[in-house]
Amino acid sequence: MLRLEKRPTPSRFWLYATPPVAVILTMVAGGILFAAMGKNPFEVIRTIFWDPVFGEFAFYLRGQLLVKAGPLILIAIGLALGFRAGIWNIGAEGQYIMGAIFGASVGLAVFPTENRLIFPVMVVAGAFGGWLWAMIPAILKTRFNTNEILVSLMLVYVAETILAKASTGFLKNPEGMGFPGSRNFSSYPAAANPELIAGTGLHWGGVAAFVTAILAYVLLTRHQTGFQIRLAGQAPRAARFHGVSPARLVVMCMGLSGAMAGMAGLFEVTGPAGQISIDFNTGYGFTAIIVAFLGRLNPLGIVLAGFLMALTYVGGEMASTNLGLPDAAIQVFQGMLLFFLLAVDVLTNYRFRLAVGAH
Amino acid sequence: MDWGGINPVILIATLMASAVPILLAALGETVVERAGVLNLGVEGMMVIGALGGFIVAVQTGSPVVGFIGGAVCGAALSLIFALLTQVFLANQVATGLALTLFGLGVSSLGGQGYNGVKPPPTGKLFPQALADLPVVGPIVFGHDWVVYFSIAMTAVLWWVLKATRVGLIIRAVGESHEAAHALGYKVNRIRLMCIAFGGAMAGMGGAYVSLARVPQWVDGITAGAGWIALAIVVFASWKPWRVLIGAYLFGGITVLQLNLQVAGSGIPVEYLSMAPYLITILVLVIISAGRKANGAPASLGQNFHASR
Repeated sequence: MLRLEKRPTPSRFWLYATPPVAVILTMVAGGILFAAMGKNPFEVIRTIFWDPVFGEFAFYLRGQLLVKAGPLILIAIGLALGFRAGIWNIGAEGQYIMGAIFGASVGLAVFPTENRLIFPVMVVAGAFGGWLWAMIPAILKTRFNTNEILVSLMLVYVAETILAKASTGFLKNPEGMGFPGSRNFSSYPAAANPELIAGTGLHWGGVAAFVTAILAYVLLTRHQTGFQIRLAGQAPRAARFHGVSPARLVVMCMGLSGAMAGMAGLFEVTGPAGQISIDFNTGYGFTAIIVAFLGRLNPLGIVLAGFLMALTYVGGEMASTNLGLPDAAIQVFQGMLLFFLLAVDVLTNYRFRLAVGAH
Repeated sequence: MDWGGINPVILIATLMASAVPILLAALGETVVERAGVLNLGVEGMMVIGALGGFIVAVQTGSPVVGFIGGAVCGAALSLIFALLTQVFLANQVATGLALTLFGLGVSSLGGQGYNGVKPPPTGKLFPQALADLPVVGPIVFGHDWVVYFSIAMTAVLWWVLKATRVGLIIRAVGESHEAAHALGYKVNRIRLMCIAFGGAMAGMGGAYVSLARVPQWVDGITAGAGWIALAIVVFASWKPWRVLIGAYLFGGITVLQLNLQVAGSGIPVEYLSMAPYLITILVLVIISAGRKANGAPASLGQNFHASR
């Protein structure tokens, strides 16, 4: 019989080896799934993981990668700070929506004024919207000891209702011939978030994602606050003796992750999505949870994980149009990735031993 | 009696039925959490149960077999969670979230081709003559068997957890896994069985949504009911009868909200449809305020690894 034995210290090797191993296992299991659906597994895997980067249409699809990776990275880094400290904000989707609504409202309120300050102010408003939405679970947690997982999640449903109201009501395009959805930001230069370098897919959201990754890396490895975050997650009692205030940490981590999700929402709505519409949000807030874990809650790892997950989105769309693979298959594929990652992760802290004798 | 277009007898009768999915799921989760496991994948297990139950019922033509199928599907999905958390000792919060994301994906993949199909109807348990009695008719005799089953399960679980040896073992494992292990109980094996039970209950709750409440298959049909079930477990302080009260309160709010939408109360539809979620938050706040230990099992959410 095999049995698990706790390692004295976590394995450095497996810490870095688990994500690639999980990806390979997911490809195998996904291949079996695709084969069961009557598709050629090798063709599907190639379409998802190879063609967007090296295939015939790579010149266009490479740009799409950054478009998808940007918001995922930005949200996941915020979430990772909280997850590190044992604070579970899983309502990023709601904060993303509220950020988009707040930021877009500012832009639409001053339409059609042209001023270089409009876009920066919108970004701040977006971050504020996300922060405000995240402060609800944070304050309830610190004041009333309410479970932040449940509250942040309930607020996603509330945010979705507000989004529906916004796109059919208070933000609806007055010149939209009665169709739901706000004005399109692409025809309002002062508030638009265009591609910065043609063909790369880089917009201000991508820039923000990279800057945030570097800042978060410095915060976690070089700064007192980062040390407190890691300590609170690994040894809550020790953290209290060290003088870390749990309430302060909750407010800070939830606030940061909410603000980042809010910003991501604003960049999306002014850039790739173009307008506030009932379904402009595509679940980035939930996928970012997978990205955060896949990146081992490490900012630099999250950048890589964000690109990998973007690959499954872009490649998945390709597989959907070219091979008729249902969109939901990609969702299953992403879920499997997280399962394998969590399962393989056991090797970081434990090792398998052949048990001798009666146990 | 008629209050502003809303008949209280009908309201009570409807809320009893509308509470069944969250009641079943929350009862299952109560057992799981009393054993010290936090499974946040209830929503995923419910939606898989909703699809599995729907497909089985349509294929066999029997809603009863459908409910069993839903329970089996929910339990099967929960075994992934059990494997990851009890064997591979993965983080319970992360695994539960993964289970929900995975369940939603699998159900939307497997449900293609079932849109617009009508499931076989789940009949009433008592003859129409009894259900026609004033007041007690609709409330006591006007339901299908699952409604009575959910109430019976509340009583059974209350009795099992409170007064039986099995209940004592489950509670011991949840309060102090070290002590239970020292007494010779297989902590992870007991937890695994509780997780599978929770999965079966969530799956059956999900099947009630697709077979009786809606009744048809739509993507993401459970619409957050699994998360509300999790909130109700906290609200109920992990006690079965309080779970029933919580589920009925919530069912009442949902039905009232829908009735107000239909009756045209002048309150915008958006505010009404967000009301159940806001009220859940409010209730959570009231329940958790001012209490350090809110009755949660002491080992909740912690994995157990026997070093010896």
